[in-house]
Amino acid sequence: MDAALQQRIAEAGRRLAGQLGAFEVARIPGEVVVFKVEISGREELPIFITQADSQILCICYLWTERDVAPSRRTALLEAMLDLNIAIPLSSFGRIGDKYLIYGALACEAGADDLAQDLLALSDNAVDALEAMAEYLH
Amino acid sequence: MSIFSKILSALKGSAREIGESVVDANATRIYEQEIHESKAALARAKQDLTLVMAQEKAAEREIERLGKEILRFEDHALAALDKAEESLAGDVATRIAELEAERDAQQRARADFAQHIASLKDLIRQAEARVREHERELAVAKTTESVYRATESISQSMGSGASKLGSARESLERIKERHTLTADRMKAAEELDAEFGTKALEKKLAAAGIGGDANRKEAVLARLKAQRDADRAASDEQQ
Repeated sequence: MDAALQQRIAEAGRRLAGQLGAFEVARIPGEVVVFKVEISGREELPIFITQADSQILCICYLWTERDVAPSRRTALLEAMLDLNIAIPLSSFGRIGDKYLIYGALACEAGADDLAQDLLALSDNAVDALEAMAEYLH
Repeated sequence: MSIFSKILSALKGSAREIGESVVDANATRIYEQEIHESKAALARAKQDLTLVMAQEKAAEREIERLGKEILRFEDHALAALDKAEESLAGDVATRIAELEAERDAQQRARADFAQHIASLKDLIRQAEARVREHERELAVAKTTESVYRATESISQSMGSGASKLGSARESLERIKERHTLTADRMKAAEELDAEFGTKALEKKLAAAGIGGDANRKEAVLARLKAQRDADRAASDEQQ
């Protein structure tokens, strides 16, 4: 199953190479299967793909709690909430102290679905970082 | 308490480390066991239901059969009365009374079956709702735990946890810089291509004796000669 997912990610990468640049997929060591996707030119915003129960999650970490300017924290959270529904295919989230943007797919999603989600997610991550920069240190 | 509230209070709980099980493993096992048991109970209830429904159908058929039988004996009783066979009519009436008693018993049984069916259907609906709810809660709990454990793996692979995520602003600056650089490079390449492309073509044209530069020397000479001739002619005229 993991090999099949890796294959689908690699295939999605080939389909995206023209739009996004070179695509590197590697498995991260650990008890949970996580693949790291690094896109050439956007190395600071890698995408992590993991299968969680009944879905595939594509996660891009944006900033941590430490990056947030305390005086603008509430405004940041409101801005994220306001923006959330408008973002194509991705949503904001938080795991521990890390803020992130992610896309969720059904387990049986194919390479085309993955490609569409990864393209949207990577673009959304860059845009989100730019839009939210005013709330960060 | 909804599963979302449970997850939220688990996440808010005392300074917990990411990676530590978000949901109590024991609770998860209990949930899985409950789902398993509910599904088994459901299967049993559905089997019971088909059996009771078959019994209800059988009772219905029997009621119908008894009804016809009663009508048939009533005809016989009337015929016996017509022939003044009082005693025979009495015997038939006794039979009819027996059949009617039997039909009443079947009707009561059918009502009981119907009630049993209704309560079994209720039970099945409830069990199905419970299974669906448990499965949903389990999915939420498992997903939460899974993303936290994945984040732990990611943090470890990045080095010293969150710090290696780097400053968000710096990330953005670098991406923008690289983007500008790429755009500049592409522009430079285009300009270069345009320049060299044109010059190369002009050189080729000149080599072939075509274009403005090809006969410039001759043209200059001819122009100078013509000018000299014109000057001479003018001075000749003055003299």
